[in-house]
Amino acid sequence: MPAELETVERVRRIDVDQYRYGFETIIESDKAPKGLSEDIVRFISAKKDEPEWMLEWRLEAYRRWLTMQEPTWARVDYPKIDYQDLYYYSAPKQKKALASLDEVDPEILKTYEKLGIPLREQEILAGVVRPEGEADGEAPRRVAVDAVFDSVSVATTFQAELKKAGVIFMPISHALREHPDLVKKYLGTVVPTTDNFFATLNSAVFSDGSFVYVPPGVRCPMELSTYFRINERNTGQFERTLIIADKGSYVSYLEGCTAPQRDENQLHAAVVELIALDDAEIKYSTVQNWYPGNSEGKGGVYNFVTKRGDCRGKNSKISWTQVETGSAITWKYPSCILRGDNSRGEFYSIAISNGYQQVDSGTKMIHLGKNTTSRIISKGIAAGKSQNTYRGLVSAHRKATGSRNFTACDSLLIGDKCGAHTVPYVEAKNSSALFEHEATTSKISEDVLFYCVQRGLSQEEAVGLVVNGFVRDVLQQLPMEFAVEAQKLISISLEGSVG
Amino acid sequence: MNLALVKPTMDGAASDVFTVARDRLPGKGPVAEVRQAAFDDFIQKGLPHRRIEEWKYTDLRVLLREVAPLAAAPDQAALDRAKEVVTSLDVNGAHRLVLVDGTFAPQLSDTTSESGVTVQTLRAMLENADIAARADLLRTSVASDAMISLNAAMATDGVVIDVAENAAPGKPIHIVHIATQSKAAAFTRSLVKVANGARATLIESFVAADGTAGYQAHDSVVLWAGNGADVQHIRLVEDARDAANIATAIVTLGERTQYRAFNLTSGGAVCRYQAFLRFGGQNTHADVNGVSLLNGRQHADTTLVLDHAVPHCTSNEVFRAVVDDSAHSVFQGRINVHPDAQKTDARMMTRALLLSDEAEADNKPELEIFADDVQCGHGATTGALDDSLLFYLRARGLPEKEAQALLIQAFVGEAMESIADEALRDVAIATAERWLAARG
Repeated sequence: MPAELETVERVRRIDVDQYRYGFETIIESDKAPKGLSEDIVRFISAKKDEPEWMLEWRLEAYRRWLTMQEPTWARVDYPKIDYQDLYYYSAPKQKKALASLDEVDPEILKTYEKLGIPLREQEILAGVVRPEGEADGEAPRRVAVDAVFDSVSVATTFQAELKKAGVIFMPISHALREHPDLVKKYLGTVVPTTDNFFATLNSAVFSDGSFVYVPPGVRCPMELSTYFRINERNTGQFERTLIIADKGSYVSYLEGCTAPQRDENQLHAAVVELIALDDAEIKYSTVQNWYPGNSEGKGGVYNFVTKRGDCRGKNSKISWTQVETGSAITWKYPSCILRGDNSRGEFYSIAISNGYQQVDSGTKMIHLGKNTTSRIISKGIAAGKSQNTYRGLVSAHRKATGSRNFTACDSLLIGDKCGAHTVPYVEAKNSSALFEHEATTSKISEDVLFYCVQRGLSQEEAVGLVVNGFVRDVLQQLPMEFAVEAQKLISISLEGSVG
Repeated sequence: MNLALVKPTMDGAASDVFTVARDRLPGKGPVAEVRQAAFDDFIQKGLPHRRIEEWKYTDLRVLLREVAPLAAAPDQAALDRAKEVVTSLDVNGAHRLVLVDGTFAPQLSDTTSESGVTVQTLRAMLENADIAARADLLRTSVASDAMISLNAAMATDGVVIDVAENAAPGKPIHIVHIATQSKAAAFTRSLVKVANGARATLIESFVAADGTAGYQAHDSVVLWAGNGADVQHIRLVEDARDAANIATAIVTLGERTQYRAFNLTSGGAVCRYQAFLRFGGQNTHADVNGVSLLNGRQHADTTLVLDHAVPHCTSNEVFRAVVDDSAHSVFQGRINVHPDAQKTDARMMTRALLLSDEAEADNKPELEIFADDVQCGHGATTGALDDSLLFYLRARGLPEKEAQALLIQAFVGEAMESIADEALRDVAIATAERWLAARG
């Protein structure tokens, strides 16, 4: 189907209700008492059966957090968060360890089904793999999924097959027990516990997340994926992801997130650490679709996330791709530390804001090694009464000879009540560094819209078409599974922004 | 950094500066009150430091350390030394107004009156009790920061220029700041009003008499350009190599106004030029260009804030920095487009050329856009001279330095194109050439 028709179809299918994942799952859960204290930190650590050093690590972070102040430099505006009015731990009640996925609470399985993960992916999540060449004759693309529900991981698929390749993919809470040395060696080395207010909070109270280790020379046989779901009321989700690609390995990791529709705001403060050793490559893709709040700006998720990748070895590569359509507030700067010589960092981003959403997102490319290169492509689309900010840093240190950066950030404004802002910092301390930055902000050209409308498209279809063209550079970087989903999301996010 | 430790000593010294100077500052009553309020504001904020976003790259607590004591009024010897400087100025044929160590020097200035141009000194106006609104001369509502407040508190003199409606003075107005006292600070403030339909060229030069070292020049210029006015504003900062120059320009533009500004910084150890432009009327155009030529351990910061408050205005900024040795160039440019400022077209381009491995260039071009029907863009590049271009020139027999000089000239040339007056453009080019020649 030609791209135009596809867009038209998609726009036509949009429901009146914009957020399709707003339902709530009624399920019994195990919660820590409300509020935050050393006891809660101990409680979480005990729940996870963690080694002693981990508890110390958390407590140290907690004590540090008490001395820190919430950052206010971002262009986001929200009422003060009462950190004592939150649940820091919530887990679906579980009687015993699961032997197989069939034993997962059917309510949870139903939740994932309702989240609209395509049927085949659903089967795979349930562990059913079709033999190759069956039925439609297509070899199924396989994705190993770690499903995180509130504070805990409920299921991780394909563990056995991954194990055969030597890849470790499991909830970080399990990794702490099964591979404590690996976790201890790398945890907090990219985002230290003292990094920033939200990262420090996360270090103290994180409850789950994914852990990936790809051994030297291994190309991970399938895409790894985590699906985050906040369900419980007044619960903060604090997950921590740690991905290590050892020498010469490759891994592609996908992340998706949704939350129920609620009137109060939910807090999500995650930390993601990526480590690429010599010649390794990590591709990290996110489709962020937390509940954005209703049309009056009520409710929605506060998304304060610290994501950072460390290209520690030479010739390593880290690539971030993100599609940000959800959250009432997004505060997120996936960054790359280009430490190894000849390492490469990439950042591709689409940030769409509508309604009363506020997005302050961007990246940091810190060139430390020789001949390091980076590329930033950021597309911001602001509609409704939203504010959309790109904030980025590109810096070359004294010894980063031959570093290169190319940055292009474009913003599109739809409607006259929204704002689009660009705040780049370009710092060069090395004469052989070559940095190029360009940014534009404009609205959809009247000529282009007129052209489309004149050929029979409605105003809304025409906008959908232009927007899809505008973000194509980034969509192309997404793994196939996500690209389709992301394209749908873009249309839905812009619903109601025209006319 | 432990600010708590730095602050008290700093403000203590600054407090002394004001207390000692207070009696020498012109203007009593309401003027003194405004000074006190401005100074209280400065004390409360302290010297700007890197935690203040607008001063992120220019930490005056490190670079300036403290505010130097107020310079004494120039004596005859000082005026004689200043005179030598005046005779060696590049700009000729201008209506010259000279300020020596922050005090207007009539004997060195061009006092012949020109039709349509009225010149008064700030000191006389502040001391004139007949002017009811004299305290307003030290006030501004457009921008505020610690250094603007300090300037308002301490300003000793300056020129107040009125260009009458539809006047087109034949000569450019040239304000010359000359420093003759080492380790002293001059605080000047000039107000320029170009009435509706008038044309004017304003030049500012910052220079020092031979042997003057370690001084500070604190200046601010408040400029209004009326409807249909056409204003050219050129700044040449050629201060002594170890001097500091902290300057603010506050510019308000009317309807159908043309404003073209050009700033050239080649002197000074620590320079900060911050310009705040407000578009107050429709169909106005502004070009705000700048060039920094830096070497040694110089630090130069150009910060622009363009407020597109009304629809149908256009602006264009071109900034070039050539940074050698361990010098540090900073460019910050912010384009604000207010919610109603539809059809704004704003462009900003900043480029830095790094000639040495010790050099540093920081660029921060910002867009803040609240209106949808606009075209805004900015670009920033940083890099070294293009090797293939150098090779091309060298293959044709040019020595390396000459080849470099040629490329650097071409690099800064684009920013100088906005100077409409050919003679003035030649002055800027000559300054660049001198800088290149000194590079050896």
